[in-house]
Amino acid sequence: MKSDQNPLLNYTIPQLLRWRVQHSGDKVAIREKDYGRWICFTWNDYYDFVRKCALGLKELLLKTKDTIAIIGDNIPELLFISIGAQSIGAISSALYQTSLPEEIAAIINYMDVKIVFCDDQEQVDKLIAVRAQIPGVRKVIYEDSRGMRSYQSDDWFMHIDALYKLGETAHQKNSELFDQLINSGKPDDVCHLCLTSGTTGLPKGTMMTHRNYINMGIQITTVDPLAETDEYVSFLPFAWIGEQMNSFGVAMATGITINFPESVETAMEDLKEIGPHFMFGAPRIYENIRAQIWLKIDESYWLNRFLYRFFSRVGNRAATYNMSGQKMPLFLKLGNWIGKSILFRPLINQIGLLRLRRAYTGGAALGPELFTFYQALGVNLKQIYGQTEITGIAYMHRDGDIRPDTVGKPLPGTECKISEEGEILSRSPSVSPGYYKLPDETNKLIKNGWLHSGDAGYIDDSGHLIIIDRMSDVMQTGRNEMFSPMFLENKLKFSPYIKEAVIFGNQQDYLAALINIDPIIMGKWAEDNQISYTTYMDLSGKPEVATLIKNEIETFNKHIDKKYYFIKRFAILYKLLDVDDGELTKTGKIRRKFVMEKYQDLYKSLYDETIQSKKVMAKFNYQDGQVSEIETDIIFYTMKSS
Amino acid sequence: MKSLQVSNVSLIFGGIHALSNINLAIQSGQITSIIGPNGAGKTSLLNCISGFYHPTRGNIQLDDHDLTHASPHQVSKWGIARAFQNLELFSNMTVLENLLLARHKNLKYNIFQALLYFGKAARVEAENRQFVEEIIDFMELEPYRKKIVGNLGYGIQKRVEVARALTLAPDILLLDEPIAGMNVEEKEDIVRFIIDIKQELKTTIVLVEHDLGVVMDISDHIYVLDFGELIGDGPPDEIASNPKVIQAYIGDEL
Repeated sequence: MKSDQNPLLNYTIPQLLRWRVQHSGDKVAIREKDYGRWICFTWNDYYDFVRKCALGLKELLLKTKDTIAIIGDNIPELLFISIGAQSIGAISSALYQTSLPEEIAAIINYMDVKIVFCDDQEQVDKLIAVRAQIPGVRKVIYEDSRGMRSYQSDDWFMHIDALYKLGETAHQKNSELFDQLINSGKPDDVCHLCLTSGTTGLPKGTMMTHRNYINMGIQITTVDPLAETDEYVSFLPFAWIGEQMNSFGVAMATGITINFPESVETAMEDLKEIGPHFMFGAPRIYENIRAQIWLKIDESYWLNRFLYRFFSRVGNRAATYNMSGQKMPLFLKLGNWIGKSILFRPLINQIGLLRLRRAYTGGAALGPELFTFYQALGVNLKQIYGQTEITGIAYMHRDGDIRPDTVGKPLPGTECKISEEGEILSRSPSVSPGYYKLPDETNKLIKNGWLHSGDAGYIDDSGHLIIIDRMSDVMQTGRNEMFSPMFLENKLKFSPYIKEAVIFGNQQDYLAALINIDPIIMGKWAEDNQISYTTYMDLSGKPEVATLIKNEIETFNKHIDKKYYFIKRFAILYKLLDVDDGELTKTGKIRRKFVMEKYQDLYKSLYDETIQSKKVMAKFNYQDGQVSEIETDIIFYTMKSS
Repeated sequence: MKSLQVSNVSLIFGGIHALSNINLAIQSGQITSIIGPNGAGKTSLLNCISGFYHPTRGNIQLDDHDLTHASPHQVSKWGIARAFQNLELFSNMTVLENLLLARHKNLKYNIFQALLYFGKAARVEAENRQFVEEIIDFMELEPYRKKIVGNLGYGIQKRVEVARALTLAPDILLLDEPIAGMNVEEKEDIVRFIIDIKQELKTTIVLVEHDLGVVMDISDHIYVLDFGELIGDGPPDEIASNPKVIQAYIGDEL
């Protein structure tokens, strides 16, 4: 492997921290907002706190390969204590703040946790609730002593200041000790267990090595360089790989400053004060920011609104050139420049994104219109793709080569290929050695050094990766052609009139769909076109609505990548799919088996081309337990292939 | 730690006896609640303690200080602060400004220092801000620090009201119906805050409240008023089984 190319790859995280101290010890490494002020920690301070934690933990008899768990909102102490543990060869791990007590107990026992760090009473109380179930936990260290006065008599608990004191005393006794401990670390040692959500049962602890993180930090910044003076705001959950990737990997590899918001609620306000140079987030964050911008524009006066509407059209057109790296026509370039200067720059400054050079989204798919929206504003939003097991990122967009429907190209040093079954495989120094104490799972994950992602995808002509779906959710038609219902449904849902769609076709000759119309947008459309209706069911049954949907599906059929993606028949469902009726999961995904069984009549009719319409009994369950049945006509439409 | 003694206090408006011969002993470090049906005289009693009204007869004593005829600003100087039932905040100012303003009694510098923001003025202002920030942290008001009070939700405004009383660093905090008009979640929050104020800040709390569930849960001692008279006092479980109290609340059976 090329791991020896960059000298930083031969360090562990604590060793790299020491290297930072030697190179720029007085530079601010961490900032935390507290009592309304930004409090700075230089690399020297950072290192001091890590040393206190490390030696303190050692005094508490934490040994090499022992595990500590961290549960809390983002505060600098999370880093002090986790890197402290790593300094003495122990392994850190982080749990989600929202975890329930039983869940915490199960994870703690699975990972053999010896010491837990909590930020406040909320988390400490969860541990108290399951104290009897976690005999292996020797100490609970906490940061915010609020509300915990009565716990102080119990020596199971310890304030972090007491840990610092222990560490400081140990350091005074032997000032060489910490250096020696750090020196004994190896870059390929496991330093952190990162939880990955298991689809069933307990999460798995992915073993991460020092080199996994540091390689990631180096490789991202070879694509998108960062300077020491750049700022990052830490607001993602620390248990998520995305946050560790930045605080362990990128920050150590580049020396940027990490800023911790005052509280979870103030994160967006604090972001404004810092003005970060890059940020990571799940799609929801970007959706929220867009909603904020729209709200601000809506509340503004008419001239602003007029200018916004005008220049966002200009910006959208310019964005398509920017994203594909093409040269803009001069006139558009000028218009875009004016729009940016008088409108968009002040606008994104209000959100705190003015200095942002790059924003990354990962974790789930983001609607293509959102990419265009941000690019039009001048925010360089890019998609990344990867999983915990490869330290977060395997593929990402390059500047000037951003395509909303792809996840970009592999990171430098990452080899990627598609298996014969269509699964995405990757290999790089950032691939985890496996799952903690789960050899069978590890063998399934890594074969011959290739990480098996479990995602189906393909690489297009220009080398971009396109994700289809989870391997397990991919279906095959009667002619053994592979397709992902979810992938197609999402495409169908680009139509504003379609709220939800269920695509069938497993072991069938063609694809068919059940459609849910969007009650609000379709309702508005009906009003505008003077179509009167009473209920959702009534609106769904209108012939005008069907014609509109038919046109939408025609458009879809025109733009399909593969011929067999053609939707041949569809019907409009009389009710919205609902979580309470068991048709959707809590996260809003379709429960296919259940839906198919519940609407079996409709399913059969979709695949019987002689049926034009059918009378069905629509069943409604009310919240109070009442059930009513109404007879309704469902019409089946057949699309003509062009 | 200061203890507050209310002895034989009566308050008479013309022919109306708002309070007659009330005796209370507020133990320091405890939550003492005053309950009673509407019009029982609870708020009148708080008004007497905080110096808005002066009792017609009787005497109110805070250690060596005689509060009977003291004015509100003297009472606050001696360590009693109050959060009002109806919000009395400056609704066009920010949360931070409201809290800073409440501490103006601590701003002791002369006009020249103030004009030049020099020497003592700068130091005292910085100390003040630090103190106020600690209260903001304590009451978890960080997200609202620079928001205009009038635009905040009612539950938050109530929290600001309590925070403002705390900026006076009181020994005794009078809370007049802090929970009224709140939803369940806001209620749980504010109750948590009240308990924290008692435990963390060691502040004595006098609570006037209608929500009997909350009162029974968190009080150390309860006084019950009805038509201006004290009809019972004791720890919560005793009060809950006191027939006079039950009668005052539920009335006679038909």
